[in-house]
Amino acid sequence: MILSVRDLQVSFPVGRLMNRSAILGVAGVSFDIAAGETFALVGESGSGKTTLARAVNLLQPISAGEITFDGKRIDGLKGAATKPLRREMAMMFQDPVGSLSPRVQVRDIVTEPFRVHGVEADLRAEADRLLSLVGLSGDFANRFPHQLSGGQARRVGVARAIALNPKLIIADEPTAGLDVSVQGEVLNLLNDLRERLGLAMLIITHNLHVVHHVADRMAVMYLGRFVETGETEAIFQAPAHPYTAALLSANPEPDPDKAKDRISLPAEVPSLLARPTGCEFHTRCPWAQSRCGTEAPAAQGTDRRIACHFPLSPGARPPAVQETAS
Amino acid sequence: MTVLSIHNLNVTFSTEGGDLHALKDVSFEVPERRIVGIVGESGCGKSTLINAILGLLADNGRVSGGEMMFQGRDLSRLSPREMTALRGPQIATVFQDPMGALNPVISVGRQMTNIQYRSGLSNAEKAERAVAMLRRVRIPDPEAALARFPHQFSGGMKQRIAIAMALMMEPALLIADEPTTALDATLEVATIELLQELQAQIGCSVLFISHHLGVIAELCEDVVVMYAGEVVERGTTRQVFNSPRHPYTERLLDCDPARQSSRTRQLPTIPGEIPDLRARPPGCIFAPRCHRRAPVCDTPPPDEAVQDGHKARCHMVTP
Repeated sequence: MILSVRDLQVSFPVGRLMNRSAILGVAGVSFDIAAGETFALVGESGSGKTTLARAVNLLQPISAGEITFDGKRIDGLKGAATKPLRREMAMMFQDPVGSLSPRVQVRDIVTEPFRVHGVEADLRAEADRLLSLVGLSGDFANRFPHQLSGGQARRVGVARAIALNPKLIIADEPTAGLDVSVQGEVLNLLNDLRERLGLAMLIITHNLHVVHHVADRMAVMYLGRFVETGETEAIFQAPAHPYTAALLSANPEPDPDKAKDRISLPAEVPSLLARPTGCEFHTRCPWAQSRCGTEAPAAQGTDRRIACHFPLSPGARPPAVQETAS
Repeated sequence: MTVLSIHNLNVTFSTEGGDLHALKDVSFEVPERRIVGIVGESGCGKSTLINAILGLLADNGRVSGGEMMFQGRDLSRLSPREMTALRGPQIATVFQDPMGALNPVISVGRQMTNIQYRSGLSNAEKAERAVAMLRRVRIPDPEAALARFPHQFSGGMKQRIAIAMALMMEPALLIADEPTTALDATLEVATIELLQELQAQIGCSVLFISHHLGVIAELCEDVVVMYAGEVVERGTTRQVFNSPRHPYTERLLDCDPARQSSRTRQLPTIPGEIPDLRARPPGCIFAPRCHRRAPVCDTPPPDEAVQDGHKARCHMVTP
């Protein structure tokens, strides 16, 4: 395993003086990523996926749990001790142009990791090598970020991330804000680099269609917990947690004749300040029963883990919808 | 009856590098009580088109040809004052970011009564209408909501309040520019369903702009596909999505990962980039990236009719 995370928690303090308390942004998650594997974190805004990724990269202090990277515990590392780690674990940020300094040429952007980590290299040759790896011609080395299209800026971000041959890349919404015709390019590039360089990847996204085509395994997050984890293909074929099923059904497909058997979720996502009792999804779950409101479900299974008292059978429809349909 | 009929619209911006021909011979219609989608990628001219319709082009932009008929009047010939009277009561808008439409320091109730200033109703009646409208967009406890401020609502609720405000004056046309793009998937579909329901109740027409093909397929009855400032294909959503005839539409639909139901490691893309609109090629605008390019494509393509109402601007289309 290149990365192992056990019972990770991240808490944020809220309130002042007398009514100080804390909310759990990440409320105890465990997962492993094998070398060369792509693992996707899926969830809606506020589900904790970015916080989790930042915690793995030690950009966010954790309040409990263990992070093991390449056989070494890293969760206690601080300050200068984290620096060698960042060579091995590269981060790709969400905003493609915004994460590139506007006054620095592409050549210097992609070779910045060499300077930061004091790695001796022929920077000119390295820039050419990295740009060609991500499919950009050498001319791009002299450009500034504002002279790049969204897709090209992403490629530069990828080039910078792979500069020092990391073992793991953490990509936060790698295709957000890109047009569909360009989105494919970036995903193909990531798939290709993974095969050629043997990279492991942690991809954070809310776009399920993207996950389907790049990730080997995935985890669905809700209120800072994993509700379902498993092989991507298996989860797409038969989602077992009602929240996963609802998310998958809420993906409009570009086909006007497609039957819209959608699972709509009542109410809004609960506040982290007032987590529901029992199963935290029961307030919105169309299948919820009385037990769900009182008893929190433990994640069942090994390869495929589902935190639900009543996992769905394939093709299950919400109870209310079945009544109206018949 | 058509609510909005755009015929050969051209928009030009004067820039330092010369005139930029942002919209070229754009034609389409928004029939009464219909939802028409406009789909296209960045730089296709969606926003320029909306700004032209609303009379809000930047100072260096101008309508350089064609007409935009709205209820029998050409919008490009109206005075700024006449346009101000139309925007809101007749042509309402919802944008991607609801906070752009809501004032953060004024309560939702006051904003919703303020926009009824031309209705001639009493304050009590205005408040009553505001509550009724909030209830229609499913804001819980609408009476109490009037006293709250925009930041006290979630993103999805803010967008629903913006929709409520846009539809309050029962406009003839609602222009919705990527209204669901910033929302999560489950909220996005809920908002689309709501929009559909309100449109049917109020009986207005909707011009819905999105880059999300799935949302267009779900919501819209007609679709207009734009590329580099031109309408390359239009027709009913079924015609265009089920049998696309313009190579760009074909490729665009192929690119959507949602269309690849089985898992693939190599996703389709459209190589190349949108040409510089300051120097439009004399022929077909998509020719440099087209997989079906032929010598004839160096001459301007006609708007070829495929069948009733289904048109594609391409030399290669045969009826």
